[in-house]
Amino acid sequence: MPYATREPIRVDTLIADVAGPTRGGTAVFVGSVRRGPEDGPVTRIEYTAHEPMLEAEFARIVTEAIERWPDARVAARHRLGVVATGEASLAVVVAAAHRAHAFEACRHVVEEAKRRLPVWKREIFDDGTSSWRDNAGGRVASDAPAGGP
Amino acid sequence: MAALRVRCRLFARYAEVVGSDEVTVELPPGAVVSDAIAALRGAVRGAAALPATPLVAINHQHVRPGTPLRDGDELAVLPPLAGG
Repeated sequence: MPYATREPIRVDTLIADVAGPTRGGTAVFVGSVRRGPEDGPVTRIEYTAHEPMLEAEFARIVTEAIERWPDARVAARHRLGVVATGEASLAVVVAAAHRAHAFEACRHVVEEAKRRLPVWKREIFDDGTSSWRDNAGGRVASDAPAGGP
Repeated sequence: MAALRVRCRLFARYAEVVGSDEVTVELPPGAVVSDAIAALRGAVRGAAALPATPLVAINHQHVRPGTPLRDGDELAVLPPLAGG
């Protein structure tokens, strides 16, 4: 399955993908579109990506994790397109023999995904304006029309 | 040796700034990534607003400014990343 999806992320499917009789610990991370006090009136985020590179880079990240934690199995998705507040934008599920490796590998994949995946997000506000937002907290107003419903 | 043709791809805010999502630049043999960025910034109106040392990837892999280029490479010019 591709790592990128335009459909809502099904965490139960990801858990099933990594389950196995030798893997007794499963760690799940779900990142969701946020509308916190510091975020302003965000109603949704439009995610875009360099999709072939997203697939290649995510595969490299997962391969690195499995090399480091050989008992781990990893399933992950990144949502693209317009995602409403509260919906999942990134999910990483790791099953391993024991919980320590599951937690460590899951954290590693999440952090590397945020650091390396060629994904961009445009926050769309209540009044229809939007701004590009990066993972360092930077914001730049966009002149482009806000997309999505 | 023949000149290199490199396809520069632009994404998100950078595509908005330049007004295009793809610009091909020609470079002398032996050119590296930073040469392509300099050529790109001078090739198209609006591209001068791009940073001199943006994040870059060749053929879907992150690289550094000194990485050599080959004819036909895709050079992705990446705005600050925002996945997750």
